[in-house]
Amino acid sequence: MSVFEGFKFRKVSSVVHNLDPRIKFFFVIVLFVAALLFNKIIPLLVLFVVPLPLVFMAKVQRQWLRSLRGALFLAVFIFATNFIFGYFYPGSYTGITGSIDTPLEYFIILERSASMTLRFVVLIASFSVFFLTTSPDHLGLALQQSYVPYEFCFAFTTAVRFVPVLADEAQTIMDAQKARGLELESGNFLKRIRNYIPILIPLIVNAIRRSLELAESMESRAWGANDKRTNLYRLELHRADYIVLLVSVLMLIVTVYFWLYVPIPSLTAFL
Amino acid sequence: MIEVKNLHYTYASGLEALKGIDLTVEDGEFLAVMGQNGAGKTTLVKHFNGLLKPTQGEILVDGTSTCDISVAKLARKVGFVFQNPDHQLFSETVEEEISFALKNFGFKPEVIEKQVDWALNLLDVVQYKKTSPFMLSGGERKRVALASILAWDPQVIVLDEPTIGQDHQQKEKLQQFIMQLNAQKKTVVVVTHDVEFVAECNPRVILMSQGKIIAEGIAEQILAQKDLIAKASIVPPQITQIFLELADLGLPTDVIDVHEATKILLNRLRKKK
Repeated sequence: MSVFEGFKFRKVSSVVHNLDPRIKFFFVIVLFVAALLFNKIIPLLVLFVVPLPLVFMAKVQRQWLRSLRGALFLAVFIFATNFIFGYFYPGSYTGITGSIDTPLEYFIILERSASMTLRFVVLIASFSVFFLTTSPDHLGLALQQSYVPYEFCFAFTTAVRFVPVLADEAQTIMDAQKARGLELESGNFLKRIRNYIPILIPLIVNAIRRSLELAESMESRAWGANDKRTNLYRLELHRADYIVLLVSVLMLIVTVYFWLYVPIPSLTAFL
Repeated sequence: MIEVKNLHYTYASGLEALKGIDLTVEDGEFLAVMGQNGAGKTTLVKHFNGLLKPTQGEILVDGTSTCDISVAKLARKVGFVFQNPDHQLFSETVEEEISFALKNFGFKPEVIEKQVDWALNLLDVVQYKKTSPFMLSGGERKRVALASILAWDPQVIVLDEPTIGQDHQQKEKLQQFIMQLNAQKKTVVVVTHDVEFVAECNPRVILMSQGKIIAEGIAEQILAQKDLIAKASIVPPQITQIFLELADLGLPTDVIDVHEATKILLNRLRKKK
């Protein structure tokens, strides 16, 4: 469940936590777009480093690392599939014809797989910063002030809020099934996937049951009685927000410029 | 026999739930673990079948450390009934639900069939054999969950809050059933808040507060000590409260059972006549 840990908000006050979520989201989206535009390892490494100052300023290094560790399995999977497919079907971009036999050709495939994996890691790393430093309440406010209907904002923030609850529940269910002799880590790959059925069914059934109960309890407290809803707090942009906004816009411009006009070398070019 | 030696447990979040527990649960014993919310009761019993491993200290089940054996193997000996049956029910029928553990333990099909029928009858859910467990009422789901553990006939049975969400009649049945299990030389460990339930079963009680055992003894001794159990957010059974308030009249202060109380009062009334 450690992958959820990275998305669990903890109430702390820091420059990063107090940033406007809309601006933070824009920053993350710029990183996201950049990660998708580049497929070479050097720019992706740069993109990985970019959100690091925010992580340290917000003092969420531990949780952030934990979320990366949670993504490790998928990262390994992405690396392996890219390497295997690259080995058997080297695409035209590699300039390799025929099969792969020289060390240089191996290196090209390795680099390609590594950069695809790094792209995924960059996405996880940047989104994790966003979720680690943004309270669900702020997120809801941001959505509302971006003219998203309140019902959707509410559904969204509730979903985010319930992620840790679900993670805890999944742990209890796992314990209950282990107590009945279920061995999650036994058997071949298919058997292991099947082992998760006794975990997933109670988890889903309980989640549905809980959402129905939540709906009933909210309706009995007059949810949606007023068409026009006001908020006690309103988000306002401060100086730090403008700085981050400026940095994000500059990053976007630089990214697009590099993407259009600057040929980016692979590591092999340095060999 | 379960031996707990200087058990400490700290959750990943840093919460120190158990702070040095020493305890021995003998074979065939009936033990109630009582205490306020967050006292560490469930954390303690989750060590008995190895779901949690000690941060410090050790747990020996029949001489084997729980660190050296998988939960699945230990579960064969120590059955654990979770508080909320909805955390375990997943099968299409009650029958399949009960056979789940037996299949995991590798019982033979004919044995599974026999044991499932036995457990269904034992908990009075045989009429729901082919019903989906999700269609049952709360009390019935709880009984199915219990049946799914008892089906493999474990030597030790740990029940986490068994009486919660049960109506009076079901509670009474459950109580008889638990005592019956104990009479069959099974070791029974019950985690509970329910003083009336404990008063009627009169097991050995350990009282927990803030990760420590603060008192230990038979229910009669523990439950009548108002100030002591107040530390664990427990109030004495109503009958004990009456006797404590009437202590000036020379009534005994360690009565927890209604039948015993009736006997004492009747004797007094007769003497007065």
